[in-house]
Amino acid sequence: MARIGVFICHCGENISATVDVAKVAEKAGKLSGVAYSVDYKYMCSDPGQTLIIDAIKEHKLTGIVVASCSPRMHEGTFRKAAEKAGINPYFCEMANIREQVSWVHPKSDATTQKALDIVRTMVEKVKKNTALTPIKVPITKTALVIGGGIAGIQAALDIANAGHSVIMVEKKPSIGGHMSQLSETFPTLDCSQCILTPRMVEVAQHPNITLYTYAEVEKVTGFVGNFEVTIRMKAKSVDHSKCTGCGTCWQKCPSKKIPDEFNEGMGFRTAIYSPFPQAVPNKPVIDRDHCNYFQKGKCGVCQKICPAGAIDYEVQDEFLDVKVGAIITATGFDLKHADFFPEYGYGQFKDVIDGMMFERLASASGPTAGEIRRPSDGKIPEKIVFVACAGSRDKAKGIEYCSKICCMYTAKHAMLYKHKKHDGDAYVFYMDIRAAGKDYDEFVRRAIEEDDVHYIRGRVSRIYEKNGKLIVKGVDTLMNGDPVEIEADMVVLATAVIANQDAETVAQRMHISYNKHHFFAEAHPKLRPVETNTAGIMLAGACQGAKDIPETVSQASASASKAIGLFSSNEMTREPIVAVVNRQAPPNFTSCTGCMLCMEVCPYHAIEREEMKDRTGNLIKVAVKVNAGLCQGCGTCVAMCRNKSIDLQGFSNDQMLSEVMALLNS
Amino acid sequence: MRIGFYPGCSLEGSSKEYSDSLFAVAEKCGIMLEEIKDWSCCGASAAHNLNHDLALALPARTLALAEKQGFEEVVIPCAACYSRIAGTKQEISNNVATRKKIERYIDLTLEADIKILTVFEFLQKYIFPVADGHIVNKLNQKTACYYGCLYSRPKETAALEQIENPMEMDKVMVKAGATPIDWAFKTECCGAGFTMSRTDIVAKLSGKIIEDAADRGAESIIVACPMCHVNLDMRRPEIKKQLNKEINLPVLFITQALGLSMGIPADQLGLNKHYVPTDKVVTCIVKKEA
Amino acid sequence: MSEQFEPKIVAFVCNWCTYAGADLAGTSRTKYATNVSIIRFPCTGRIDFMLLMKAFENGADGIIVSGCHPNDCHYTSGNFHARRRWIVFRSLLDFMGFDTDRITFSWVSAAEGAKWAGLVDETTQRIREKGAFTDFKKLDCSTFEKISHDAITE
Repeated sequence: MARIGVFICHCGENISATVDVAKVAEKAGKLSGVAYSVDYKYMCSDPGQTLIIDAIKEHKLTGIVVASCSPRMHEGTFRKAAEKAGINPYFCEMANIREQVSWVHPKSDATTQKALDIVRTMVEKVKKNTALTPIKVPITKTALVIGGGIAGIQAALDIANAGHSVIMVEKKPSIGGHMSQLSETFPTLDCSQCILTPRMVEVAQHPNITLYTYAEVEKVTGFVGNFEVTIRMKAKSVDHSKCTGCGTCWQKCPSKKIPDEFNEGMGFRTAIYSPFPQAVPNKPVIDRDHCNYFQKGKCGVCQKICPAGAIDYEVQDEFLDVKVGAIITATGFDLKHADFFPEYGYGQFKDVIDGMMFERLASASGPTAGEIRRPSDGKIPEKIVFVACAGSRDKAKGIEYCSKICCMYTAKHAMLYKHKKHDGDAYVFYMDIRAAGKDYDEFVRRAIEEDDVHYIRGRVSRIYEKNGKLIVKGVDTLMNGDPVEIEADMVVLATAVIANQDAETVAQRMHISYNKHHFFAEAHPKLRPVETNTAGIMLAGACQGAKDIPETVSQASASASKAIGLFSSNEMTREPIVAVVNRQAPPNFTSCTGCMLCMEVCPYHAIEREEMKDRTGNLIKVAVKVNAGLCQGCGTCVAMCRNKSIDLQGFSNDQMLSEVMALLNS
Repeated sequence: MRIGFYPGCSLEGSSKEYSDSLFAVAEKCGIMLEEIKDWSCCGASAAHNLNHDLALALPARTLALAEKQGFEEVVIPCAACYSRIAGTKQEISNNVATRKKIERYIDLTLEADIKILTVFEFLQKYIFPVADGHIVNKLNQKTACYYGCLYSRPKETAALEQIENPMEMDKVMVKAGATPIDWAFKTECCGAGFTMSRTDIVAKLSGKIIEDAADRGAESIIVACPMCHVNLDMRRPEIKKQLNKEINLPVLFITQALGLSMGIPADQLGLNKHYVPTDKVVTCIVKKEA
Repeated sequence: MSEQFEPKIVAFVCNWCTYAGADLAGTSRTKYATNVSIIRFPCTGRIDFMLLMKAFENGADGIIVSGCHPNDCHYTSGNFHARRRWIVFRSLLDFMGFDTDRITFSWVSAAEGAKWAGLVDETTQRIREKGAFTDFKKLDCSTFEKISHDAITE
């Protein structure tokens, strides 16, 4: 038999000015099941809490209702008090008679009646409450970092330096990402590789970091603190434990005409290769799609000449299972490529290139050793046109968003060109200049004012070739919309930043959401910008949206701090407001019919299918079970369940029905 | 199925040969086209600048008549008519209130679900499946397919798959045995908006188109719009002055070119109605090898 | 003059947006009608629409269902499920001749205290004009018992 205590708070005069608290206390005392009822000036004060604790002990109360402010204010306070008095804290409920009664209604009988109605409702609810225990989840203190670009590198180093182990997975043969391809970086024009390569080496040498290059995440299961991840280690065909990185193999490899991805196709590499001289690890892999041995069955030169005997053609993809507590997704971005701009002749005219190609041309380690030479004939262009917003902010192209980095890197490109070719002409077509970062606008002004780059506000309608020149047709909207035609030697398109091609697959593998452009979705656009909706999975860098380096690094450090925070205790405590499936022994006595509707609606993939078999292995029943580590307690599954086999602790069907009945039946 | 035909003013006047050649090609392939009875002006050139309701009511009336006369598809060979009518259809089918209002103006009911075909959609859908049996000649020349503005803009009613680099007419020309060139002026402006008021602008813009086609070795320009044809064909004296040179590049409607490949006599296709002589096109033709 | 009819209205709201919005109306001291009492759910996705029927059966004259605006759900998609369920449920009620105007479905965010107050007043006024809800009778369970008893004895 329930023995409920009701505690009516005056909140000074906040409640008692409009609600007749004494009357509420008196009437509440007469409700069925109520063993004690009292009103007091300040329930949340120390004496108020003591009053509650003493009453619970004295009257052997089994549950309490505190009628005062919003539960969003003091639920925690009173639950702690209940716990101190020796009852389960989840036997404490609050009746909100301040925010939702006394403050919004005038002093009247109706107001007092409403307060009493709410008290009665909560009394009926608390009668149906059950003892709940906070859920403890152990934490594996290892982080998985997916992607070895600057975002992944920063996150991995931060976590590793905090003393936790990190597993880094990079799909390419080397870490470094797009940043390793860049020439100089805005707004300081310091060399990208100079600042990046020490970090890359640090990752490789850090005792807390295990690096897997040429590997991909195949599968992710589990939940925060307890993820199980399968990593596919793609066959490198080179045993890195034996390889010394001497380079004999790639010097002798006969397949020398493979377009070099690192140089954006403007150079060649061999079939056994290390992508660039500063690669980490600086040991080669065999690109089987282009290797004579794998394609034609003959060659084997590298194996014959390798002094370390590291070449192994027989090795297959291997799978590695690891347990991690947190995952940082730093899978990066891509740029729009050919076929997207028929009007600009991109992909058709050799000298219409994209921003990343220009980076390689301008880079000292690039195919032209840092000289800006056009790809078609190697001449130094006299006149370059840069087109910002190529594809971005263009509804007709299906990309409405701003790619964010183009304004800055276009200014940088124009500057780099002018620094190398003083008498050259650089034109920039732009829509708006978005240089809203520290020292950014100053940088753009420098390009315009000191380096004499011609900025034309307007868009380019078409680029075509005529007499060996690229004719760029555009408009100058600041000059009465006059049409402009420039005969250029080279055109650089600041093509749109897009999500990686396999972003959708990655997101589905991780159970994280993504937007229509396949950029990964943060849990909250303002207040939780680095976490995903799946607890324990964080985002870093341009996989979440276009970003420059400083912003990427900040986000990477932020997501690392989230992981470090998670790892700061051995286990996590979670509110027990989670869904439970009606189960009793023997297991097949559940009323769940296995229709899986709940599984479909669950936003957290917290509901799992369970097959029950008899001793001979025959399937006898299919039902669901809830992973309490993943469940966030929204209860959508409960409303969906056709036969009420799943219920939400703290907001159970019984509790909610009692509330409705009590509210209406005075 | 009965296919409706909407000529609009151009195909009855300045571009009679467009209409003639379309009917000749259709007839050759055994396809019947039926003119919408009592059609009215589409309102191009002026209405949409003066009164938005009128600009909708004019094409809507024609659409309503076509529906009433039981057509499920209507071919609209003129690009301006196509643009106006497709735009009206879109606006009306997206907005019930507008539809009700326009229905009241024209005193006819309107479903706006009729399918509108451009000339190249018509060729693709009805002529292509049976064309092989009828194509006896190879045009044997380089052609520049010129699409103009009205098929490619606005994006919502564009009849082209790739609006920046359309290939629809190029495909028809390949079928006719010609070699379409790759050039940059496919959807540039010919100056049609100024066709009467500022012929100097027309000469400048159309001149560039003709010059680029000639520079890239085209032997003829293929169009599917009466306005384009008028500007590229008729304004040659002004263009000559503008470019300071004479370019004798003939301009053909796509249906004329296809008709030639089907062995239809030049006169029947109205090739004798052009300002720039078209003999060179005809002399290029060779018999198709079996 | 007879006394003005005061309807009983139950509000089914989510914890994160509308409940917080109602709290905000309180902290802003916005006055509104006393007729509406709130039942707090974690999410509108949790609301089993049969509870609405239970409320009507037990004497409610009107109901408000409110949660986070689309795309603002604390649980990502619970409000979308609620909205879908509501659309289906409303058609069913419509089909059965139930006056669906007695149910208000709305979105009130945690920042919309004034909207909450307006919603309460507006709904109260509407239901007041409609009068007491009498179409629905409390299920007489004794009938069921009698029928099943008869079935057994036959």
